[in-house]
Parts: sequence; C-alpha cells; structure tokens
Amino acid sequence: MNFKHKYVFLLPGLIVLIGILIFPIIFTVRLSLSGWNSFNPGLDFIGLKNYIRLFTDDPRFWQSFFRLSFLAITTVFLQYIIGFALAHMVWKDIKFKRFFRVLFLIPMMTTPVIMTVIWRTFFHESLGPLNDFLSIFGLQPPWLSSPGLAKVSIIVVEVWQWTSFMFLLMLAGLLSLPKEPFLAAAVDGASPFKKFIYVTFPLMAPISIGAIIIRLIEASKIMDTVFVLTSGGPGTSTETSSFFIFIKGLREFQMGYAATASFTYLIIMIISLTVIVKVLTKVLMRE
Amino acid sequence: MPRLYTFLKYFFVVLWACFVIAPFLWAISTSFKDFNSVTGGATYIPWLQFEPTLDGWSVLFKPGSQGGINIIGPYFNSIFVTLTASLISIVLGTLAAYALSRYTFKAGIVKNNDITFFFISQRIMPPVVLSIPFFIFLSSLGLLDSLAGLILVYIVLLMPIAVWIMVDFFNRVPREIDETALIDGCNPFQAFFKVVLPNSVPGMLVAGLFCIIFGWIDFFFAFILTFTKVQLLPVKIVALNSSITPWWSLSAAALVSVAPLIIVAFIVERYLSKGNLSGALK
Repeated sequence: MNFKHKYVFLLPGLIVLIGILIFPIIFTVRLSLSGWNSFNPGLDFIGLKNYIRLFTDDPRFWQSFFRLSFLAITTVFLQYIIGFALAHMVWKDIKFKRFFRVLFLIPMMTTPVIMTVIWRTFFHESLGPLNDFLSIFGLQPPWLSSPGLAKVSIIVVEVWQWTSFMFLLMLAGLLSLPKEPFLAAAVDGASPFKKFIYVTFPLMAPISIGAIIIRLIEASKIMDTVFVLTSGGPGTSTETSSFFIFIKGLREFQMGYAATASFTYLIIMIISLTVIVKVLTKVLMRE
Repeated sequence: MPRLYTFLKYFFVVLWACFVIAPFLWAISTSFKDFNSVTGGATYIPWLQFEPTLDGWSVLFKPGSQGGINIIGPYFNSIFVTLTASLISIVLGTLAAYALSRYTFKAGIVKNNDITFFFISQRIMPPVVLSIPFFIFLSSLGLLDSLAGLILVYIVLLMPIAVWIMVDFFNRVPREIDETALIDGCNPFQAFFKVVLPNSVPGMLVAGLFCIIFGWIDFFFAFILTFTKVQLLPVKIVALNSSITPWWSLSAAALVSVAPLIIVAFIVERYLSKGNLSGALK
C-alpha cells in the first residue's frame, strides 16, 4: 500500500494530542525546577532543590503515596473478585438476567463526585441511613471522622462505583469465550467448580490482566471520591497523591513544588504499572 | 451441591443489587424532604414517616435571583462539551486507529505498538498533574473559563479511549475488505470511507458510548479550569455541598444529572446481549 496515505490517517490525531500535551508536559518539568509560589510567582531556576526537599524532607508526600497504593490495590482487588463473580453469575441461566445486567452496569455511568455527595449523606453520623440501621445493634460508628473508617468509606464508595466497570469487561470477556472447551469439560463430566478452575479461569486470564491494568490505571488517580467524601481528612488520613498535589499546587499555590511532586508521582506510576503488568502476566498466564 | 450454588448465586446477586440501588433510593426519598424531615433523623417512606414536598425539585428550575439553583445552563454546557469532545475524539481516534491497524510505522525504535501505547498511556496521566500547566496554558490562550478550553482538555481525556477501542476493533475487521476495494480501483481514502467505515459503525458506537461516559463523569478539569461564566453539572452540584447542605435539592439535582447516562446502561446491555460488545471490548 502507498506509504503516504498512512500518515494522513495517523497524523491528525497524533498531532492534536501532542499539540495539546506538549506544552503542559514540558512546562511541568520546567516548573518543577522553579520556586514558583504565591509570594514569588515566576519561573526562576532553583535547580533540584524541590526534588531534594521531596525525597529527604517530606514524609507527607510518601505517606499519601503509600496510602494511594493501599487504596488502589485493595479496591481493584475487591472489584475484580466481585466483578468477576457477578459476571459469572449473570453469564448464563439466571432469572431476570437482563435486569441484573443493566442494574450492575449503572454505577459506572453515574458521575463519581455526584454519587459521592449522596454517599456522604448516606454515611452521615447522626442523620444518615447507615447509622440509623446500625443503631438497631447499638452501633454509631463515626464513618467519616475516624481515620480508619474514613478509609473504609472511601473503599466502599470506590467499590460501588467501579465494580460495574470490572463487571462489564469481565462479562464481555465471558460472552466472547469459545464454546468448545466447555463442551469438552461437560463431556468429561467436570463439576462446576472444576470447570471454573480448569476452563473458565485460564481462558479469562488475558482478559483479567487487561481489566485489572485498566482499573489500576484509573484507580491510581483516586481523587474525586476523596475530595468530596473526606477532603483528605480527618487530618491527612485519607490524603492520596493526587489530593496532596492538589493541596500543594492549587490551595497553597506552591506551584513549583507541586510540579515536582507531580513529575515524581508520574514517573513512579509509570514504573510501577510496568512492573505490575509484567508480574501479572507471569502469575496469571502460567499455563 | 448445585442447589447450594444456585441459592448462593441468587443470594449474592440480590444482595449486590440492593447495594447498587441503595444510594438511589435514599436520594429519591431525600429529594422529597424539607429541612425538618432531614434534620429529624433518617426516614425513608413518604407520608408514613415524613410529609413529602416538592421544594427540592422546584428550586432546580428557578433562576438564581429567586433563591433557585438553575441547573439548566450547566446541564446544556455539560451535554455540549461531552458531545463535541467525544465527536472530535472519535473522528481523530478512528482515523489514527485505522492507520495503526492497517499500516506499518517505523521510526527508529518506535513501532506501531509504541504509538498505540503512547495514545493509550495518556490515561495514566492523573488530572491533577495536568491541571496546573493546563491552567497556565489555557489562560495564555485566553481560553480559561470557556467551553472551547474544556473541549480541548477533554479531547486528551477521551481520544485514548477511542483509539484503544478502535485499534482492537479494526484488528478484527478482515483485511480482505480493504484489499478487495483497493483491487476494484479505489484509492486508500475511498476504500476507507466507502467500505471500511460503514462496516465500523458498531465499533464506533461503542467507542462513542465510552467517550460520552468518561466525558460526562469528569469533574476535576471542569472544577479547576472554569469559574463563573461556564459551569458544568458536576461542579455546580458539588458547589451545593459546601455550605449548610440542602440535602433535598442536592439529591434532586444529583438524580437529574445521573439520569441521562442510565439510558446508556440499557444500550450497553443490549450490545452485550447481542454479542456486539464482546468483540469491541476484549
């Protein structure tokens, strides 16, 4: 095929994307080498000072990063287990199949911040339905004002919101599986449990990897839920990396330092996601 | 054993259905309350437990001068930004995906897969990382607090999704289709527009649905890059959350704003059941 045509197809999209992104990326790197803050707005050059501060003198950034890792891995793990289980359950014979499928898809279609606003009223300590229900057992847990439970609340909301996306990817995967392996398993008289372990799960391994990666990428950006539900509190106990950068850059206006944190965070994200992809591929594709 | 499995299956599915639906039921109930019924503790059933009013709903459609919230403007802004950005992303993404699926690119160590990965990897970028430079970028272009500026940013958000779905989709469309067209004397553009494109409508619809979902549910960019002239729906509603929260109008506004995409859930389910989505998403 003529080689010129391919550029006419590819370049419009590529140029638009690079055109919009090139300035922000270069600017972030440059900004990270400056001391831009509200007293001193401007692109001066202070070398690696910000990076030295970030790596030697800012436990809050690293705490927010480990908290993010914990939240991302926990929520994606739960979403995968629940999403796969739900997809498997409504895959074949079940009554009201289409009703359940639609219902399970709905959360991902709803705007996270808006649903989180509702969840906040749901978790309200004295006026919310959750504690109203738990008061039957004499419990009044402070969902949003104790450091541990605030994390649990965020996990609940994230799982509610995004299990449906995992469900969609897994169900689409299950529906695209070939029939022959299942027929063979049925001929051999395999039990449903064995069928799952030896047929369904291995066939779903590549799809599982894809789905987990997509969700991990999205979960590494957790921000909206935290912003509305707890604003990083109580204290900094639910602060994630994104939220830390948001506070530094757009609330305290330490733009230079926020850019340093952004860039570091991005690099760590890219490296760790690459490692996770490699490890997952190894573990799930053993066969 | 199979009986136990069936029982557990229904138990779990119904349990999850209740969990999914709980916040909606709570929001519907709350939207008909007034100050006294909200602050009196959690109640659920109108007439029985509290006296329902339509205050929460009527306030949505009053202009700001009469103490209303007026979400109609933000509603149309949201629709306009989402649809425009999705459309641009689909057009550019489909063209790029077609090139990446059919032709071989090579520039040094950069090959097709690397270009595809470059497109998709833009999803890794956390909104907050981009928001600071975008703030300065858009203000230097005079596009801060404007629909055009938001659309520009949303293209970055949505094009990766379009490319991801369409590359996979084109990889499944048999090459013979284009080759036959080329042999019949079409040039590559005619082959694409006359033969390949009509066969790609299902893939483009799925990509479009996903762009609309992820455009509609974004909050952060709209929150940072717009102030007063242009407001999108999520920003408007979260702003209600700040002061003494009127739970009733908040719930009503939330329900109105999530309603349109619930239709998308039905469409996606239809695709799933007909088997069209499986190919496009795998």
